[in-house]
Formats: sequence, C-alpha cells, structure tokens
Amino acid sequence: MTPRRKRLITLLAVLAGLGLATVVALKAFDSNLQYFYDPSEVSSGKAPTGRTIRVGGMVAKGSVVRAPGSLEVQFVITDFAKDVTVKYTGLLPDLFREGQGIIAHGSLRNGVFMADEVLAKHDEKYTPPEVAKSLKKRHEGVGAAAPDANGNEATSR
Amino acid sequence: MIPEIGTLALLIALLLTALQAFFGLAGAYRNDAVWMRTSSIATTGVFAFVLLAFLILVRAFIEHDYSVEYVAHNSNNELPLMYRIAAVWGAHEGSLLLWVLILATWSLLVARLSGGLPDAFRARVLGTLGLVGLGFLAFTMFTSSPFTRLLPSPSDGADLNPILQDPALAAHPPMLYMGYVGTSVAFAFAVAAMLSGRMDASWSRWTRPWTVAAWMRLTLGITLGSWWAYYELGWGGWWFWDPVENASFMPWLASTALIHSLAVTEKRGLFRNWTLLLAIFAFSLSLLGTFLVRSGVLVSVHSFAADPSRGLFVLALLLFFIVGSLSLYAIRAPSLQADGGFAPVSRESFLLLNNALLVAAAGLILLGTLWPLIMDSFNLGKISVGPPYFNTVFLVPTLPLVALVAVGMHATWKRASYASKGRVLTYMALGGLALGALIAFVCYGSYGVPLTIIGFGGGFFLMASAAWEPVLRLIRRQAQTRAAVGMAVAHFGIGMFVIGVSGVASYKIEKDVSMGPGDTATIAGYTFRFDSTNDARGPNYQAREAHVSITSDGKPVADLTTQKRQFKVQSMPMTHAGITVAWNRDLFVALGDELGAGKWSLRLQYKPLVRYIWLGGVFMALGGLIAILDRRYRRSAVPVSATGEEG
Repeated sequence: MTPRRKRLITLLAVLAGLGLATVVALKAFDSNLQYFYDPSEVSSGKAPTGRTIRVGGMVAKGSVVRAPGSLEVQFVITDFAKDVTVKYTGLLPDLFREGQGIIAHGSLRNGVFMADEVLAKHDEKYTPPEVAKSLKKRHEGVGAAAPDANGNEATSR
Repeated sequence: MIPEIGTLALLIALLLTALQAFFGLAGAYRNDAVWMRTSSIATTGVFAFVLLAFLILVRAFIEHDYSVEYVAHNSNNELPLMYRIAAVWGAHEGSLLLWVLILATWSLLVARLSGGLPDAFRARVLGTLGLVGLGFLAFTMFTSSPFTRLLPSPSDGADLNPILQDPALAAHPPMLYMGYVGTSVAFAFAVAAMLSGRMDASWSRWTRPWTVAAWMRLTLGITLGSWWAYYELGWGGWWFWDPVENASFMPWLASTALIHSLAVTEKRGLFRNWTLLLAIFAFSLSLLGTFLVRSGVLVSVHSFAADPSRGLFVLALLLFFIVGSLSLYAIRAPSLQADGGFAPVSRESFLLLNNALLVAAAGLILLGTLWPLIMDSFNLGKISVGPPYFNTVFLVPTLPLVALVAVGMHATWKRASYASKGRVLTYMALGGLALGALIAFVCYGSYGVPLTIIGFGGGFFLMASAAWEPVLRLIRRQAQTRAAVGMAVAHFGIGMFVIGVSGVASYKIEKDVSMGPGDTATIAGYTFRFDSTNDARGPNYQAREAHVSITSDGKPVADLTTQKRQFKVQSMPMTHAGITVAWNRDLFVALGDELGAGKWSLRLQYKPLVRYIWLGGVFMALGGLIAILDRRYRRSAVPVSATGEEG
C-alpha cells in the first residue's frame, strides 16, 4: 500500500471515529442536561413538568413532615419568595435538615416536586452554588453563606 | 520561629528552582557543562529545602502549633496522630506543598537515575521541570502559604474535615499527586525532545519507565479514591462522575494512551508527533485538574471571580504551559516525523485505534465536565450533566476497546497474521461469552441489562487472552521479558475491572427500609435483622450505633455495625457503613435517621463482584510495576544504541 493511500485510510478512519463520537456525545448530551430551577421559577410555571430537572432552595423551618416510622417524607423548599413542596421516599443525606440548602433531583407532577434524589453537601457552612445565587437574587443577603472554595467536600447521597 | 524557617526554606527553594530552570535550559543551549551541572546540583537543593519546609509543617501538626493558621483550621487536640499527619495534605495549602515536594522528588530522581542520558538532554529535562516547579512554588508562596501565622493563636483547632479522617484517604492524595506530577516528567522529556530536535528509539526508552511509573501511581490513586468513596461517603457508589473525579480520570486516559503510543515510538519509531502531543495533553489535563479542584470554579464560576488570585494563578500557569508547549510543537514537530509503513492489521494499527478511542473518551468527558462551567460563565443557565451522559460517552469508546486489546496484544509489528492464533482467540471470545451467559443466567438468574453478557464475555475474553502467552511460556519453561508479563498482568486487570463493573451495574440491589429492633428485611436471599441500637463514642465523635445481623437460608453470614457519627468540633453528622466482604459480593448496611415509632431508616445493599473493580485497578498498577522492572530499562546507565533490542 502506498503511503498516500495509507494516509487516506487513516484520515477516513479518524473522521469516521470523530463523526461517531460527535453523534454519540450530542445524543447523550441532549438527554442528560439537567436544568436547575429555583422555587420562584417553578411557581411561575417556567419549569417543565414531567422532565427530569433539579430544584434547590432552603428547607423551610417546620416544614418536614413524615408519618411515624415511614420512609416517605414531605418538605418545603423556599427561596424566601416562593415555595415548592417536595416529596421523597428513602434515606435523606447526612446534612439534610431544616434551614439547610439542598438540591432535589426529580420531576414536577401537579405542582409537587417528586424527588428521586436529595443532595446536600458535606460541609456545614456550605450552600449549593445554584441555591446561593438564587437566594441572592430573590432576597438580597438572606442566609446565603459564602460557598466553600475548598473543593474537597464530596456530595452526600 | 520554626514556621518562619519553613517560609524561608520555601523561598530558598523558589530561588533554587529558578536556577535549576535557567541553568538547565540555558546551559543546554550554550552546551556549557558547568551550567548544566549547576542545574543538577540546584535540583538536589530544591528537594532538600522543600523537604525541610514539608517536615516543618508536619511538625507543626504533630505539636499542635495552632499559631499556624493552616494547622488551626485543619487539626484538633483530639485528632489521632495518624490523621494529624494526613491533615498536612488535607486542605489546599498543604496539598500544594505536597505537590511541590513530589515534583522535587521526581526531579531529583531524574537527575540521579538518568546517567545514560546525554548531558544536554538531561539539562533540558531538569530545566523544564524547574519551570514547572517555579510556577507551583510561586503559587504556594504567594497565594497559599501553609505557614501563615494566626495570632493570637487559639487553644484548639477547628479539626480536619471528618470525611477525610480515614486510612485510604490519608494515602489517596500522595498517590494521586505522584501520578499527576509524574506526567510532568513525560512532559519535560517531550519538551526536551522538541528543543533538541532529537527523538529516537532511546528517547522513548528513557521516557517509557517514567511515564509508566506515573501512570501506575495515578491508577492506584484513582482506585483508592473510588474505594474510599464507596465506604466512607456511606452510600455504596464507586464512581460518581463528579468533576473532581473526572479531573483525575482524564489525565489517566491520556497517559494510558501515551504509554501505548510510546511503545510504538520505541519499537517502530512511528507516531512521534502523536506521542509528543499526548505527553502535552496528559500534563495539561493534570494541570487542568489542579485548576478545577483548586480554583473554586467547581463550586461556582462566580466564587472564582470573587476570589480570583488562586484560580487566576493556576489558569495563567495552565495557559503558559499549554500555549508554550503547543507553539514549540507547531515549530518543531514536523521535523521530527519519521515515515514508516504498517499494514492495516498490525500492532501499530491496533495501538492507533486504542489511542483514538482513549482520547475520544477523554475529550467527551472533558466536554461534560466543562460544559456546566461554560454555560454558567455566559449566564446561559444553571445546568448539570448527568451521570448517564458520562456512562454513555465512556462505554461507547471503551467497550470495543476491551475486544481490541484482547486481539491486539497478540498482533505483531508491521503486519500481523492471525493464522496461528486466530482460531484460539475465536474460541476464547466465544468461550468468554458462553461463560458470561452462564454466569448471568445460572448465578444471577437473569440476563441483567443488555450489556451484561457482553461485559462479562469481554472481561473473560480479555483475561484469557492476557493470561495465554505468559502461562504457555511458564509451562514450556520459556524465558519471557518482564515487559511482556507486565503488559499481560495489566490487561488481565482490565478484564477483572470489566467483570466487576458488569456485575455491579447489572445485579446490584439497593433498598431503603424502615426498621425497628427485631424487624427483618430480605434482599438477594440475604435476610437483614435489625438487632439493637445504642450510643457509642469515638476519639472525637459520638455516635448512634445499630447492630444488624445477616443470615442466608437460616445460616449466619455476618454481624454488622453501622453508625451515624456526630463529630464534636465540626458538629457534622456522618454515616459509617457496615460492610461484609466475600469473594463474590459485598453486603452493605448504612444507618439513616430515626423515623419515630421506634423505627430507623436503613439502606441495605447487595453489591455483586464489586471488589473486582478495585482489584482490577491494583492489577493494572502491578502490571505497570513489573514492566518498569524490565531489564532493558536498567541498562540505561550504559549508553544505549539508537537501534535497540527487540523485546
């Protein structure tokens, strides 16, 4: 085989590989981009229903309700302007508590957020960046502690 | 007074790295033997002074010197000695000092162990490493000094983050950093080759063991991190596609591609430009990883903007090295290219595919990691890229790679013929798939997910294919090179890893339950009984403890204890999981919250074959170690001819 032909074949193989990679990436990308919404956006109907999204805010004081002995829990997250009710079944992360900033992962159904995962970061002072930003926007300076810049803390599931 | 000596030692080390860089690069340019020797001596000095600074910081932790701000923030009177030492690299400032110490160590080793290198070449390598060291020492000194005083000093410290108080995590950063920083050696060799315009077989032979040594540490570091996340974060996942994890995984993919490309460059003199480029990529991705983890951009690009000094510094370093090395590449690489042919079916073409697939995976992971940051910087919305994206873009390139490795490692250079081995390989592939199907249906009772049998089959195929040659030679009492054995062991490890991942992904069971004392729950044939709960205390925490006994068909399997720990100083709750290990599965219990009515929430997990994920990682690293011990690298003290030997 001449070097010229060899180069052509290599080039074609690389192009085919790149094309395939792009298709795969775009497809996987499109279906896995999860948008973040704050409670105000959810209340005003900006957040889509039925699609997987992330919603975050502070867990409202006194809002955590569960029947004794049950894994089902219901609580309200707030950005101090609007609230969203969240329902979840299962173990909550170590740092879940009232007044703590959290992010829930799931979808909206009839105005209630059905969470399949609740995330809180492994640091007392920490507020998830999306939550901190939205709180700042909605209500200048309410409890949005400075995010930790350490990068060491890991997400608790 | 002593911490000030630490600052002074860092300052002297900074000046010495400047000398190392200048006399190394300028000495090689002028071909001045005295200058080049000065660079080598400076390298030793840098190591000595960085080590001194490091030991001073260790001493401050051991002696509870809370007048040092870093110690006050990361230690505590009740923190056990082992974790006081691990706390040295538990946060930003100390981990940078560790970074610099490891770089100084690698540089010293290059200076001392590379007697066979031409003087000018070694000087260029040391000079380049000096530049890297200069950047990071300046970063440490001017933005992140670990010796900053805190006055008046507190009587007690704020304690080390509880999730870091763990043996595996004490070992994880040093191991990972040895790998990260080790890529700088391959990078320095690449820069030296481009500066000198000389890149022959002996160049690859010098570069290979260093690159494999770094790769091996990176492999072990990532494996340790994954294992730690599994049991310490308490929820039983082994990989989360967290940006911090990706930051370590991308350099791994690039250096894996690099060690394979180097093999072609050494044996056949081909892929030279590509090898240089990969060395640049691997190092750049390591720097990028450092930037991502250290700048705060992962928390928020805006927090980066709020306190930009650290992030900007690393970003400037990143740009300097990437732009600098790529410019050099653009100027010099064309003159280094060699022409040589190989057939479409040959070891070269298999390794080319290997490289293309690994780089594609790294690139797609990079895209997924950076995209949220890009969107956020342009205020296009807060997004996150979900794990399914990463699973897809990782699996699509690497699954074919498993079969390619199994077939490709038996290919010969230039032109491969499968006349003798094709039949055996076909049987192995079919046998692997059959065994996979058998295990899926007989042991686990279902075909699992669509890829399960392909995963099992590919894993067994690769293990058989890797073991074939060494075992055959062992039986026939034929000699074999350590390089060949090392390759087989590492590839065998990939097979184990693939089987472990397939098993966990297909058949794991996770169940959240509400249980009170005396209650039972059954998953995968194992009955978990909540026996009792009580209070417990550790050296620096109090805990609620639950005892769970596990039985299978009425026979006892294990008694597990799981705790919800409340750390005193940081008042931070943390789950400590109870895990029992067997050769074919883990059983896992984690205690949640008190639910009222005498019930507790518990997470029960059944993790089949999960240990093979980490065991596979250990085998890969072990294979690397064996390969480095190959004879031909140890001859490097004697000048080697450019043609080299086959092996």
